[in-house]
Amino acid sequence: MGRFVARRLLQMIPVFIGTTLLIFLMVYSLPGDPVKAMFGSKAADPATVAKLRHDYGLDKPLIQQYWDYISGLFQGDFGQSFTGRPVADLMADAFPVTIRLALFAFAIELVVGIGLGVLTGLRRGKFLDQVVLIFTLIVVSIPVFVLGNLAQFVIGVKWKLVTPTVRDSQDLSQLILPAVVLALLSLAYVTRLTRTTVAENLRADYIRTAVAKGLPRRRVVGVHLMRNSLIPVVTFLGTDLGMLMGGAIVTEGIFNVPGVGNTLYQAVITSEGPTVVGVVTVLVLVYLVSSLVVDLLYAVLDPRIRYA
Amino acid sequence: MPDNKSPQVTPSSVAGAGPAVTGGLADTAAAGVAVAAELAAGTDKQTSTEKARSLGQDAWRELRRSWLFWASGILLVLLILMAAWPTLFTDVDPRQADLRNHYLTGPQWSHFFQADWFGYNVQGQSVYARTVHGARASIIVGVCVTLAVTLVGGIVGMLAGYFGGWLDTVLSRLTDVFFGIPLLLGGLVLLQAFTNRTIWTVTFALTAFGWMQIARVMRGAVITQKEADFVTAARALGAGTGRILFRHILPNVLGPVIVVATIALGGYIATEATLSYLGIGLKDPTVSWGVDISASQKDLRDGPHALLMPAGFLSLTVLAFILLGDAVRDALDPKLR
Repeated sequence: MGRFVARRLLQMIPVFIGTTLLIFLMVYSLPGDPVKAMFGSKAADPATVAKLRHDYGLDKPLIQQYWDYISGLFQGDFGQSFTGRPVADLMADAFPVTIRLALFAFAIELVVGIGLGVLTGLRRGKFLDQVVLIFTLIVVSIPVFVLGNLAQFVIGVKWKLVTPTVRDSQDLSQLILPAVVLALLSLAYVTRLTRTTVAENLRADYIRTAVAKGLPRRRVVGVHLMRNSLIPVVTFLGTDLGMLMGGAIVTEGIFNVPGVGNTLYQAVITSEGPTVVGVVTVLVLVYLVSSLVVDLLYAVLDPRIRYA
Repeated sequence: MPDNKSPQVTPSSVAGAGPAVTGGLADTAAAGVAVAAELAAGTDKQTSTEKARSLGQDAWRELRRSWLFWASGILLVLLILMAAWPTLFTDVDPRQADLRNHYLTGPQWSHFFQADWFGYNVQGQSVYARTVHGARASIIVGVCVTLAVTLVGGIVGMLAGYFGGWLDTVLSRLTDVFFGIPLLLGGLVLLQAFTNRTIWTVTFALTAFGWMQIARVMRGAVITQKEADFVTAARALGAGTGRILFRHILPNVLGPVIVVATIALGGYIATEATLSYLGIGLKDPTVSWGVDISASQKDLRDGPHALLMPAGFLSLTVLAFILLGDAVRDALDPKLR
């Protein structure tokens, strides 16, 4: 187990370096000069431009810049945005909001998605199954920006059930609508995935054995069936947590949530290189760690999988 | 190209490789190998194509019986017609704006196929004409990204899966690296570099961050197939690497790749629209559903039709491709039935 974790951690290093390098190169080799942009329409004083360039290290070769960035990272320094604010500060504001929203959405898809999936998987072809199937198809095919705008308009503006935008991100009741909108797409996937694996495993020999030896239905479904059926679902959910945090660009924009997605979007639009690289670096870490956790969960779920 | 070569290659390889194998093996085993070889050799010219066709025929037979296939197929034919010849559906210019007379006027549901059928948008342009003309951008991006992704991902996956070793390590890590950046985010950052964005730049950006899934599926499928007996037989007959890959392995791994690609197609269309919605995909002179949805969202209260009609068509298109993908999967993979 320990050796497995160590090996996986070692394997993460090239991926981490590769991904940060990729995003770094993309952000900094783009045309457009962030230093010149600071001056707006005024003519830039060449000496000041040169000084600013030097301060941000933009006069060095790209690889050197990347090296400086990574070595700063290991000392907890995410650099400074072009507005002069440390990127770490920016992220300290944005991440708690997004983590709250993402965990809320994650909880919804976990409970509702797996619940609906198990129910429909056990009763395939019944009325509920058909309804849920159609519901998931609709959800998957309507893009999130349409869904978000409609939900905001109908539930927030017309019916006035919730506040249309998030005014206070500490207030969980204001986060309900954005969290549901954020969760819906993955919820549909989780439901369909759970339904398929439950229906498949229901025909497995070990289920017949469990029933034949007289175990109560609750135990057959709750322990024997669930443990095996959850493996693909856990795989999906693991990669999804990272997606929920980074992929909330649209949802956070619609509902005015001051989170990571919004920060990232603004940073991309305004060519705020240091902020983009910083946020993506953290998101990559989240993604890598959650895929490690998924691998470890396999062993918990499937007794046949053991990591030596 | 391999097709033309097969008559010359196969007999010589049977003659060449056959005896060499026989020398080291017991007679019965050799006979077995020979039979297998002969089968494999024959496969190259006729049986393989017949077999591939029969798998295709089998899938086709299955598809014909599925109402999902017909429903999504008819929908897609309509949408593709719309994308190819929008003037078949409307002769109104989608860029013609009459602000004074038509500012956000509502739909006239009984005026079929006329300019005011779906009403007018905030610029006084016909929503119906714009919806019809908007199909082209979405469908072209969706189809082109899918083709490009299948090609790039397919090649990477095949090389990694077949050759293994250090090439596999490098390519798999490369796949992991790209997997770390979500499609929408990668597209955002990459497209920000282009000030003059067209359908092709969007296609390029989505391909750059979309090929990984196909690569993984392809790699897995190739690894399971490359140890199969028919591959060993082909190799024993002296078939070259390219021949083994493209004539023997490829037809057998195409199924899952096609399924993943078809289902993903709808997703690419949705992502293109999302990028346009965020103001970083296609831009105004291009008529596209994403651009129109983005432009009309602030008038949702006064003229919801200007948002709902392009959004509805966008969703229908995505739905049609997903349903088609589902139908194809059911037809190609009997295990899932």
